Amino acid sequence: MTDRTTRAEPALEATGLTVRFGDRTALDDLSLTAARGAITALLGPNGAGKTTFLRCCTGLIRPSAGRVRVLGHPAGSPAATVGIGSMPQSTGAWSGIRPLELLRHLAGLYAHPLPVDALAARLGIDDFARTPYRRLSGGEKQAVNLAGALVGRPELVFLDEPTAGMDPHARRATWALLGELREAGVSLLLTTHAMDEAATLADRVHIVDGGRVRLSGTVAELTGDGRSLEDVFLASTSPHAVSPSGAER
Amino acid sequence: MSAPTAPALDLTPAPAAAPAPSRVLRQARTEALLLVRNGEQLLLALVIPLAVLAAGRFFEARIGSFQLLAPSVLALAVWSTCFTSVAISTGFERRYGVLERLAATPLGKGGLLLGKALAVLAVLVGQLLVIAVAALLLGWRPSATVGSAATGVLAVLLGGAAFVALALLLAGRLRAEATLGLANVIYVLLLAGGALLVPLDRYPAAVRGALELLPTAALGEAVRAAATGGALGWPLLVLLVWLAVAGLLTRKVFRWLS
Repeated sequence: MTDRTTRAEPALEATGLTVRFGDRTALDDLSLTAARGAITALLGPNGAGKTTFLRCCTGLIRPSAGRVRVLGHPAGSPAATVGIGSMPQSTGAWSGIRPLELLRHLAGLYAHPLPVDALAARLGIDDFARTPYRRLSGGEKQAVNLAGALVGRPELVFLDEPTAGMDPHARRATWALLGELREAGVSLLLTTHAMDEAATLADRVHIVDGGRVRLSGTVAELTGDGRSLEDVFLASTSPHAVSPSGAER
Repeated sequence: MSAPTAPALDLTPAPAAAPAPSRVLRQARTEALLLVRNGEQLLLALVIPLAVLAAGRFFEARIGSFQLLAPSVLALAVWSTCFTSVAISTGFERRYGVLERLAATPLGKGGLLLGKALAVLAVLVGQLLVIAVAALLLGWRPSATVGSAATGVLAVLLGGAAFVALALLLAGRLRAEATLGLANVIYVLLLAGGALLVPLDRYPAAVRGALELLPTAALGEAVRAAATGGALGWPLLVLLVWLAVAGLLTRKVFRWLS
């Protein structure tokens, strides 16, 4: 899908990204990159702009200023969209659809999708394959959403809090899968509130607050002075209120 | 989460989109399946129109000519499927993040809308066939000509498209619960007072001029005329204006994210 020129570019490159919702600035001149074949973690308190940033990357929000290049192409362009997989923070599925129906539907949008049955088996979706989506537990929904993000065999995957609501077994299994994806050459950008998740998985961490990147580096670089990643996070960010809908903007 | 016997997966990236027609058809098939499976949608699409039809047949003396009621019920079916069903389903698709997920796939926003339109069309055709057959069995004897039938079909297409545009206008701006409530209120109001089921000439002369401007009245009159061999022009113009205005407004204000 990518030619030699775009292959040389990072998986993701955001430059001077600014997004405003009315009077509120959600992203404020944000710049960051995500390397190919690596896991990049975006940490930030509620309201920091993480979800808004991911929505800019998937072309759903057009920034007021700045640009995002995804796999060497403008975000939201067909060339960029075909190469990405996205796991939104919200449910992302019709309430009445069954998990395998949703996955077959998404697989049908791609020319060379992952085999749905094998993917469902890998994520344990077989156990609740015939249950309507609205009746699934939080962790089961997360598993289906993760499968939906992977079924198109993407080069770059956006994961918005991928393990929220999962039990510890499912969480560890998801971590293992994300590691396998990286080994296979997939680039991953994930947002999380779990410091242990970022510390375990991420090749590089960006700490975001107030719509800007406050700190960037490897976990080793960020914690080089002996502090934990959580201490670094708390020192570089401030608490934010959650929007009335409960969703981060 | 990981089954011990789960087959190995080749996770190597290999992204490529399926051909555009296949993506759109896939979307249409899934949407149509979900529409048909939904009990509330079935109530709107078939149960209410068939109940009105049966009531009209057996209480014809009190309600009025069954020959006029049958085409009116066909117009009601267009109204319920293209407006109320689309508004409610799209409102919740937006709320549940379905639009967000699908817009970020090779389907894209255009493919999503085209798939939705095809799904609505498929459901509408099936619904109109069932209602028409039921009406014929109950004694409806339309006297349409080729020209009047063509005008009727054009009115259904224009009316259906205008109703879908109005539905998306609601669903694309309001919260899902507000869309649900408002779409049902508008559905009942215009069903009862919008010259959809009851012919325009049964309303007081003072309000007819205003009612003529409603899309429900335009569709009802056009379909009733078509079924009796007439071909009215003004309803087509009214529906075209509603389609243009609602379509442009929807394009401008529709929000994909909740």
